[in-house]
Amino acid sequence: MLEDKDRIFKNLYGQGDWGLAGARARGAWDNTKAILERGRDALINEMKASGQRGRGGAGFPTGLKWSFMPKESKDGRPSYLVINADESEPGTCKDREIMRHDPHLLVEGCLIAGFAMGAVACYIYVRGEFIRERERLQAAIDQAYEAGLIGKNACGSGYDYDIYVHHGAGAYICGEETALLESLEGKKGQPRLKPPFPANVGLYGCPTTVNNVETIAQAPDIMRRGAAWFSSIGRANNTGTKLYCISGHVERPCNVEEQMGIPLRELLEKHAGGVRGGWDNLLAVIPGGSSMPLVPAGPDQADTLLMDFDGCRDKKSALGTAAVIVMDKSTDIVRAMARISYFYKHESCGQCTPCREGMGWMWRVLMRMAEGRAHRREIDMLMDVTKQIEGHTICAFGDGAAWPVQGLLRHFRPEIERRIDEYAANPHPEPVRVAAE
Amino acid sequence: MSVRRLADPHLQPKHFAFTAENRAWAEKQLAKYPPGRQASAVIPLLWRAQEQAGGWLPQKAIEHVAEILGMANIRVLEVATFYTMFLLSPVGKKAHVQVCGTTPCRLRGADALFEVCARKIHPEPFHVSADGSYSWEEVECLGACVNAPMVLIWNDTYEDLTAETFEKVLDGFTNGKPAKPGPQIDRHYSAPIGGATTLKSEKV
Repeated sequence: MLEDKDRIFKNLYGQGDWGLAGARARGAWDNTKAILERGRDALINEMKASGQRGRGGAGFPTGLKWSFMPKESKDGRPSYLVINADESEPGTCKDREIMRHDPHLLVEGCLIAGFAMGAVACYIYVRGEFIRERERLQAAIDQAYEAGLIGKNACGSGYDYDIYVHHGAGAYICGEETALLESLEGKKGQPRLKPPFPANVGLYGCPTTVNNVETIAQAPDIMRRGAAWFSSIGRANNTGTKLYCISGHVERPCNVEEQMGIPLRELLEKHAGGVRGGWDNLLAVIPGGSSMPLVPAGPDQADTLLMDFDGCRDKKSALGTAAVIVMDKSTDIVRAMARISYFYKHESCGQCTPCREGMGWMWRVLMRMAEGRAHRREIDMLMDVTKQIEGHTICAFGDGAAWPVQGLLRHFRPEIERRIDEYAANPHPEPVRVAAE
Repeated sequence: MSVRRLADPHLQPKHFAFTAENRAWAEKQLAKYPPGRQASAVIPLLWRAQEQAGGWLPQKAIEHVAEILGMANIRVLEVATFYTMFLLSPVGKKAHVQVCGTTPCRLRGADALFEVCARKIHPEPFHVSADGSYSWEEVECLGACVNAPMVLIWNDTYEDLTAETFEKVLDGFTNGKPAKPGPQIDRHYSAPIGGATTLKSEKV
């Protein structure tokens, strides 16, 4: 188990003071000027050496992402850092804790990351529903301005840097980086075609890097304690610590910071009191937020699942945001996944036809399958439709909506067939219910 | 995607303009963005307009924001209809309840919350209760999954609910005994029930 001294988010549960004094007592803003004085290349190299991969879901190496930014502006365009605090993936509630209980980690990280990539300003895009969280974040930024830590001559480094809080209004798709940029420019949040990538043409047509809150909030500790410390935690290619959100059918749902690569069972039993009714009562787990395929119970499945990027990939799923949704044997798995499909139907931006039409189609078929009102051949048809959505849309939303359905069909096909056969043997006229559990 | 339209004309107020205080606030928002990029402030301004209009966004408010930002009405209307937190028809005066209905909350018993809404407020979402005090809707994940099930009412979340505690929270908006936001059980934010398993040695 990770020791407390190696934890980055020391005020995760808001036991202490969220403000500047409290953050300083926990080690934040300690001689940030000296970190900046190491120079941009040194900071990017430190980030690369730490092996940190983005905490927002895709797991792209952070240092590499920073290095894509232009070293100097040849055409007068400024560079921007944009923080993705549009945390909306079902199951995920980690960035919320950072913003309301340890906002100075994020603010300091914004300064360090912005400096490393030569940004003139940073916009933090907070999801609309996080109202108290963005108030808290703004209060922390105000404190930092007042103390001279950001703004003109930030931390006495001679570097001018502004941080602004912006917010959305309830669109999941704005967590996609180019949709977020569109939204930040005052438009509907519809993703852009790539290329050009944001590092070339991003916010207002200027070079932009979009990073997740947790990614950036870890940056000050990585710089302060060193890449070697960070990379000594976890496994090769999956280094460092991670905030896990454990929800669903566990005894004591919670957020917790643990090392990357912790076995799922250990994570659940140490921190969340284990699966409701014991480990043998586990039906399936979604390891990385609703976009990722579920992993069923079983010796070569959930029993041996390691919670990091490669460990989840080995089980044909993905770590995503590390939002662990646990489902015990009382769960109606088909309805639970149908509800996830409904989520994607509701949140599709409507730009690409396969996604706009496909989401509703998948949801309706799954709702029928939950009741057994389907034909066996429709299972293959549904699989076929998910394959036609996956990879055929501008952004990864289509993939993220197709994968959970594919996971269901891959692991629970006998269950769906059983329901179909049962209904076929005894058809009844009651209407289809429209909820999950 | 969901189809969202403006409220019927007979519900729409004839005029809308920001109060002086909100107008000054709006000017401050515009300063966050580079010159010529004032359209960026459209969501914050619409939000403030919705708050001023009593929790929903009338057509005149959308046009007012368009005028301030120098945007075409249709561009602002597009934004107002795209983002689902902009409510386009009147809501309850005391509380508009947004109940999370996504899988993690459903797994922890959100179904019971919807039954309470249907019984105490109105059988259908987006309908104001008979006395005009309450309305409700089902929303997608609100980002407090480890405290499921939960609701958002105005600016605050109420978490770890049961049907009984949810009724208490609702009643709190009319009986003068408002519930404290956050977990409605003995629990410290997102720490596990019974106390944290980590950060015990941390001096705070």
